[in-house]
Parts: sequence; C-alpha cells; structure tokens
Amino acid sequence: MLLDITSDQDFLQETTRKYIEAECAVATIRALRHDSAGFDPEYWRRGAELGWTSLLVAEADGGGSVSGSGLLDLTLIAHEFGRHAAPGPLLSCGVVAGALSRWGTAEHKESVLPGLMAGTTVASWAHAEPPPHHRLGEVRLEAARRGGDVVLNGTKGPVEAGAQAAYLLVSGLLEGRLTQFLVPATAAGLSIHPLQSLDLTRRFARVTFDDVVVPASAAVGTPGGAAPQIEELLRLGLAIQLAETAGAMDAAFTMALEWAFSRYTFGRPLASYQELKHRFADMKTWLEASHAIAGRVALAVQDGDDDAGELASIGKSYIGSYGPELAQDCVQMHGGIGVTFDHDLHLFLRRITVNRALLGTPTEHRDRLVGVLESHLGDPGEAIR
Amino acid sequence: MSTADIESLDAFRQRARSYLRDTMPPARPARSGAMSDEEELAEIEHSRMLQRLLFDGGLAGILFPKEYGGQGLTEAHQRVLNEEIVGYDHPSRMGVTFAPCGAIVNEFASHELKLRHIPPMLRGEHIWMQLLSEPGGGSDVAGAQTTATRDGDEWVLNGSKIWSSGAWYADYGLCLTRTNWDVEKHRGLSVFAVDLHQRGIEIHRIEMLNGARDFCQVFLTDVRIPDTERVSAVDDGWTVGIRWLFHERSLAAGSPYFTRPATGDLAPQRGTSAEDLVRIASELGVLGDPRVRDLLGEAHTLAHVGPELAKRIFHLIAQKSISDQAAAVSRLYTGWARARNNTIGLEIAGPEAVAWSADDDDIGQLGIDYLTRQAGSIGGGTVEMARNVISERVLGMPRERSGDRDIPFRDVPRSAPSR
Repeated sequence: MLLDITSDQDFLQETTRKYIEAECAVATIRALRHDSAGFDPEYWRRGAELGWTSLLVAEADGGGSVSGSGLLDLTLIAHEFGRHAAPGPLLSCGVVAGALSRWGTAEHKESVLPGLMAGTTVASWAHAEPPPHHRLGEVRLEAARRGGDVVLNGTKGPVEAGAQAAYLLVSGLLEGRLTQFLVPATAAGLSIHPLQSLDLTRRFARVTFDDVVVPASAAVGTPGGAAPQIEELLRLGLAIQLAETAGAMDAAFTMALEWAFSRYTFGRPLASYQELKHRFADMKTWLEASHAIAGRVALAVQDGDDDAGELASIGKSYIGSYGPELAQDCVQMHGGIGVTFDHDLHLFLRRITVNRALLGTPTEHRDRLVGVLESHLGDPGEAIR
Repeated sequence: MSTADIESLDAFRQRARSYLRDTMPPARPARSGAMSDEEELAEIEHSRMLQRLLFDGGLAGILFPKEYGGQGLTEAHQRVLNEEIVGYDHPSRMGVTFAPCGAIVNEFASHELKLRHIPPMLRGEHIWMQLLSEPGGGSDVAGAQTTATRDGDEWVLNGSKIWSSGAWYADYGLCLTRTNWDVEKHRGLSVFAVDLHQRGIEIHRIEMLNGARDFCQVFLTDVRIPDTERVSAVDDGWTVGIRWLFHERSLAAGSPYFTRPATGDLAPQRGTSAEDLVRIASELGVLGDPRVRDLLGEAHTLAHVGPELAKRIFHLIAQKSISDQAAAVSRLYTGWARARNNTIGLEIAGPEAVAWSADDDDIGQLGIDYLTRQAGSIGGGTVEMARNVISERVLGMPRERSGDRDIPFRDVPRSAPSR
C-alpha cells in the first residue's frame, strides 16, 4: 500500500471502495459462485467508467490517470479489490489494455482498445502454460509463418476470464523467439476449456491453439523481440497482484482481530491470551511488511527503476509466502467457524491462495532473484552505486 | 522556524555531495571476524575523526538544533545525507551516542546540559553509551534498582548496569536510576548523564560465546553526580524511559539521528548479505542446487523487505496514523529476519560451517553467527517484549497481568540477586 497518495488518488480509491461496497455485498459475491462468468457485465462496464481498465493506457489512446502515475492509481483499485474480494478481471484487462496502448497497432487501438476501456469487451493475457511447462517465463506455444499469416499451436492456462474474453494476448515462439499476438477468441482452431477455480468469482480457462491462423499484423510489439515487453507486463501484473493480495490480507487480519476481541472462552476474550496476542503481533508484522513491499514494487515499476524486476520478485517472494501464512493463521484464530462456507474469511483465503500461484510462485521468484545476484558475482563495483 | 529558513533538499544535497567528495575517505570493505582491542580502539578513533569531518562540513547532527552545534534540519535531509554518503566512510561507532543518548538529551535535558554535552558528541569528542539494563531486570528496564540518593547539590549512585555495549571505551553513559523506592515502579525513576571516567565506576567486559567482548557490566559504587547532570525531572524518569526505548527500537531500522549509508543492508543486525551468501555458495559449488537457491532468494527477500517495512512504520509514526510503539513491529521483523539469515547461512555452508579451514574464515563465520543467532532476538528488548508491545499498544489487546502495579516498588517481588 502506498504511503503518500494525492487527494485525487484518495478520491479514486474512495469511489471504487463505495462502488464495490454498494455492488458487491458479500451475498452478491456468494451468489456469483455459480455464475459462469463470475461477474455481472453491467457491474464491469460501470466499474470501467471509474477508470478500472484505462489507467495503464496512454492519454493519447483515450486512457489516463488521476495522478500522472497510472500504475500507482491502479494498485489503489487493486487494493480495494483485495479488501472486498471483488469480482472482475482487473489484472488481465489492465495488462492487455496497457500492452495495446504501448505496442499495439493502429488497428488494435481503434477496434479493440475502446471496448476494453469502456468495459464492454474483456481481454486476457494468455502467457502462462500448463504443466510441465508452467514455470515462470516458460513459453512453448509455437508461432509459424505461413505466407502473410502466422499459425499458432500450443496450450495456454490458466487464463483469467479465458471463457469471457473476446481477445487474448498470446505469447509464443516465432522462429524460436518470443512474440505476442492479439487473437480473437472466436478464431478457428481455438478451443476454450473452462476450469474449476478456488476463487468464488474469478474464472480461469485452458485455451488450446490448434492451427489457429492470424494475420502477421496480429503481432503486438516487436516480432521476435517481445521478451522485454513480456517482462514489463509481468512487472505490471505483479504490482497489481501484490497490491490486491495485501488488501485481502488486510481484510482477513481485520476480521480475525475483531474476532479476537469479541470471542470469549474460559471467561476471557481471545485477545487476552498471550500466545494468541503474540500470533497477532507476528501477523501484524507480516501485514505491514507486505504493505511496505507492495508499495515499493508499485513505485519501482511505475518509475521503471533498474531494480524494478528484482523488487517485483522480492515482493512476490515475500507476499506469496506470508500472505497465505497470514490467511491460514486467521483461520486458526477463528477455530471451526473459520473453515465453514458460512464465514466470510475464506473469500480472502481464496483470493490470496490463487494470487500466490499466478505470475510465478514465491519459489520461482526466489530462483529468479538468485539469477540477479549471480549476475553481480565478480563485479565488486556493484557494492557502490 | 518557518520552512522558508530551512535549506532546500537540493541545495543540501549539492553541499553534502561536494563536501563528501572533497573530504571524506572512501568506504572500506566490511571485515568479518573479531577485532583485537587495539584494532577496536583504532576503529573508535577513526570514527571520532570521521565524525569531526562531518561536523566541520556542517553535516553533523542533522536533527539537532543549531544552538547546540547541530544543523536544525529535517529527517528528509538526513535521508539525503545517508544517500550521498554511500561509497564513503562514515562514523560507524557513533550510533548509540546520538540515538538513544543524544536524542534523549536533546528532548529532555536542560539548556545548560545540552550546551555542555551535545557539541562534544557532534564533534566526535564524547562517545556515549546506555546504562539501562540491569542484571536482575532482563527486558523489564523500568524495574531498575540502581539507586540515586540525593546529597545536597549532588546525587550518589550505587548499583550495576549490564549489556552496556562499548562501555569500556565510552566517555559518558545515559543512566536510568531509582530515586524513590516508596512509590509505584514507574514513578520513582530519574535519568542522569554519567561521566564514565570518574571514581566509583568499574567496568567489566563480558565475553560472549562468539568471543566478542564488547558488552560490559558497569558497577557504580558511591558515584557522585552533580544535580546539573540530571536529564529527567526527579522521579519522572520513565517519561524519558519510554522515549529511550522508542529510540533504541528505531536503531535497528536506521534512526534519523545519525548518519549511515543508505545501502539497504541488514546492518547493524549481524547477518551475511545475500550477495556474500551467493558468493560462498558459488565457491562451495552448490549454487545450482534448487534448495540452496530457494534459501538464497529468501535471504535476499528478507534483507530487502526489512528496510521497506522500517520506512513505512516510521512514516506512519511521523504522520501519527499509528502508535509510536509500532517501532516494535520493525524490531520484531529484524530479530526474526536475522535469525532466519543465520539459519540459512548455516544450511548453505553445510559441514564447512562447523569445521572449516583457517583460510575460509568467512564460511566459518556463518557457523559462529549461527551460535549467536538469538542475540538479535534478545538485545534491545526481546522479540517477546516486542510482541507484547505490538499486541497491547498497537492492536489494543488486554495487558498481561503484572505484579508491580499500584504497590511501592520496595514491595515488588524480585529475582534473587545474581552475578
């Protein structure tokens, strides 16, 4: 969570908070459990009017921010999504809109971006692949040139809102080199297999590409040179995801804290037992540390700092480990009620657990961090800026 | 002072940058292993000299008022200086002199006492340390039994203080004493500035299990202190004590009262940086092991999250949007992170950490650091105390039962005398 926010940012966050609180009462979220999309399109369209999908889009393309730092604004929205376990493909639509604004063709900007920003069209980032090729950064989808077209073969997943998206931003190997394509979900040969999800409202799909033909102009960014662009999207996605997880941690902790004061056992509130007090002190420390590193990641990615990628991995390594740990400890503090569907705590446990697994696990990011440190080996100048 | 009178951050940065470039020696590589007394004393003299250089350049005591030789500037200026001094040497042994000691003197002492004591601190002439913990007290510092008895214009101090880091070379001590045994524990305390080079002071150095001998026990026997060296109001020492603990807790996170390069290191809590651990893992040929990589990545993560947490907590405290007792959050983190760092070091070094060749001292150090792993969770108030403070003062949970409330301190049950 950011430390210094402007009054405009405060207003943006407040507006989203009030909107979510009005539209997504817990009963609504619970009812969406059986909804195939997991969100109401009208809810999404009106959310988009609050800026949800346009904050990573340049002003020239019809987007913009309230603070001049669109990513920071978006992390404030993501924080509220976490605090309320709100429905809607915030990360996916934001990242794809950002990608189209940065590297999309005129055609992309004219025919796809406006619908995304208006919230009438959903798009998703189809980058991750299923096991055994699910490790962070691994891409096997083949893109082969055929005349003026490109033929895609491979599998992506889990793809957020994969069955709801009209467009997919797909990463693949074109002559062995990373390239991104914007592919309509209706393309021939593209099949979408909806998946079960731990989250009550967030839906995922596995998408199979079987000789899917797209024109060469479907490429987003440099054909064969998309690695830095994918890295940038990963950082943006992580900044959004970490802010959301920190928000969900905050909600779970607040719930457990209130419980500790109101729940009496052996004639005393839970909050009076030293063993439990100490557990809450630990959780408070994890929570504040998570807010701190999530805010730092957002700033570094927004500013394009040299160490933004390293910090994003540090953030995921920390929050991906301590987020679930905190959520499970909150369950433990609640006792039996904490593992029931009736209690709301699991809404946050679900969101935190799902986020942990996406955009690289903590272990994968720790491995990536060691890669950064290795590159400093034998470079003593690194010690002094 | 209006903000218009304060040097702008940009101007300050330029001034600091050019002075440091022209004057300050470059940073020296950190050294591992114990120092001999001679080396340690040389290091102290070196710190005094560097402090003097900062003073001469108008860069000492950023937060201290100008009338006492400081700069009368802000925490933001101190952060700028911490950034600019990266790559240069800095007075690493002056920390405790300024926080808690100098900060407390500045906040509570009389004008005359400040005039007498703050300038020599800022010039590097006087090194201060804390006379706070007692052998019978542990983390319960308000239970001080070292007694100050009034005798005309003087006070007579008797008792013993422990864990006084660096007392064997320090010049002054900030001392918490009991001046009234007939009132409740927190109401009978007073704080004094104690000249350590005087009759009645006896200093014993304590050997730690890693061979370090920096901690001291200080015995005070009929030590006479003029009343003008009293820092707190009589019997109101705990008002000072609360701030004292606040400043002590902020030490680990980087107090704004002294200058330290903003490198994001885990220092001053002992631990091996992830960069060094990666180098060691590489030398041992285990850098390809996924388990080792996971541990290395964890060490790197913990080292970087700590300073971000500290920044956040102190920002929230400054904004008054969280209790100033929340410094305990940062303290809990650093204690735990250091313990974890030491465990990771031991794991990565494997058998080399327990039986090493004399030319592999940095690997052997990982084993030695592991032996003192818990020190970071004990010194400066245990992590259990921090957990009490967080749960009670920050989260508002009920206080632990105590046996020392609402009765004269004289009647409070105490440990049998030890040591």
